[in-house]
Amino acid sequence: MKTANKKITAERLVKDALDKAKHFADYNIFTFLNEEGALKKAREIDARIARGEKVGKLAGVPYALKDNFLSPEGETTASAHILQEFISPVTATAVAKLEAEDAIMIGRTNLDAFAHGSSTENSFFGPTLNAYDKERVAGGSSGGSAVAVALDIVEFATGTDTGGSIRQPASFNGVFGLKPTYGCVSRYGVVAMASSTDCIGFFTKTPEDMDLLMSIASGQDPKDLTTLADYYNGESQEQCLEGLPEVTTEDDGASDPSLKNTVLAPRRIGIIKDFDNESVDKSIRDALKEKCELLKSKGHEIVELKMPSLKYALPAYYIIVPAEVASNLSRYDGVRYGFRSDESKDLDQLYENTRSEGFMPENKRRIMIGNFVLSSGFYDAYFLKAAKARTLIIEEYEKAFEKCDYILTPVSPSPAFKLGEKVNDPIAMYFEDVMSVSLNLAGVPGLTIPVGKTDTGLPIGLQLVGPRRSDKKLINFAKEIA
Amino acid sequence: MEIKREDILHLADLSNFSLSEKEIDKLGGDLKDIIKYISQLDELDTDKVEPTYQVFEMDNVWRDDEIIPQDAEREMLLKLTKNEANHQIKVPKVL
Repeated sequence: MKTANKKITAERLVKDALDKAKHFADYNIFTFLNEEGALKKAREIDARIARGEKVGKLAGVPYALKDNFLSPEGETTASAHILQEFISPVTATAVAKLEAEDAIMIGRTNLDAFAHGSSTENSFFGPTLNAYDKERVAGGSSGGSAVAVALDIVEFATGTDTGGSIRQPASFNGVFGLKPTYGCVSRYGVVAMASSTDCIGFFTKTPEDMDLLMSIASGQDPKDLTTLADYYNGESQEQCLEGLPEVTTEDDGASDPSLKNTVLAPRRIGIIKDFDNESVDKSIRDALKEKCELLKSKGHEIVELKMPSLKYALPAYYIIVPAEVASNLSRYDGVRYGFRSDESKDLDQLYENTRSEGFMPENKRRIMIGNFVLSSGFYDAYFLKAAKARTLIIEEYEKAFEKCDYILTPVSPSPAFKLGEKVNDPIAMYFEDVMSVSLNLAGVPGLTIPVGKTDTGLPIGLQLVGPRRSDKKLINFAKEIA
Repeated sequence: MEIKREDILHLADLSNFSLSEKEIDKLGGDLKDIIKYISQLDELDTDKVEPTYQVFEMDNVWRDDEIIPQDAEREMLLKLTKNEANHQIKVPKVL
């Protein structure tokens, strides 16, 4: 990515990004444009560069922030009415790490309210439009972030992925999107949806950019006790290429060890047979077949996997996640911050009115389902059952990774669908997540790789899945096969 | 499983919000569909399976018992509420 230097100033980079953001205003990408703050920061960085001082690895790089990351710049609303006017006094760890490297947030991006959705149509601010077809959805929940990168407004954008919210919009808009291993990037300061599956990740135009961002954002955080001990930067390039019988290079200068010229050792790529059926759009199945042929021609081995428990990932997900949603969203009561409903006669009515007016229909659906599966009499049949199904799904992934190094699957059953097509049919919308949620339940990483377009010009993405903590290897492998 | 109007109202009550007549109809139908969909887990044999609530074992993280500064001070937090008086958050009557 382009960073600021003496010739190309941070101010220039930021102004260009802001101009593009305004040019594409009709896509409804941003909930807030950080014009003043971004330009001020840019000038400070330029002054430091002019004085010859050291600047960060992301000096002057404009980025977009999904509007569920807390920072004092602009309102953090999670695209929900109930969080309107909330200006955070704290900064999310991921944001603090990016800003410490001198990245500049130029705007906050639209999402399904509280990240509940797969199209960004559940936003209080209305839907974001697809970068390739304005009659189609951006995907979701991180729709705004995906489109901001796809339209080249910013170099990268942040996202959150609880069940596919980075990978599916990345696929719908033809960019890279990573859901890291659970606990790799701190969740501190990010509006909680489902604490046991929420992951923080990025949208980028290249795997190289993804690697750089992960090297900055990952790591243990005392403010998020579910973060894992640092491993991302511990893995040397050599470890990522481990098991190489030989290292050949494409050019004659065999002494050049840079990764770009390295041909990786043959890998075993798993294909999930259970997903190979009519419910997946032909264009996506064809793209997967084509990619497999290409991998075979490069000497990789394709391994067919049977993962029968994955069929139960979606129902298990839509029990576990609403349960955690019901718990996490109980904090919004209008008392301490955000929207408060006026004219309530007592405190109970204040809570009730604020929540009735402040939540979107999908928020209410999920909270009610969560309270249903957790309520006495139903807990064993639903929540406990789903937690057990989760164990089976984890075991199935562990077995799969004994037979292969990575798994390559579709991200979603179809390319971007029409606006309004599924928004009134929750089951159809939930089905969008059928291939993405199992990764969140298992805690394994997944990377969306753009692989081409449909006949009508809509982007197609595939998801590369690896075992836990294989994030860096996934990104490196993507560099070779993308 | 049948979802009755009382069930919907009970769930809304547990969720601390109220629903309009239109919402009761729409959400009632949706919830019925969703519960039917998630009930397919019944097919799965989980008799000898332990549940998973967290994907990684969580260990205690210890630190010295020292007072460390918080990210947000009291004044900053009070500024966020809609109704403040005498350094307190003001709400309608409780009882």
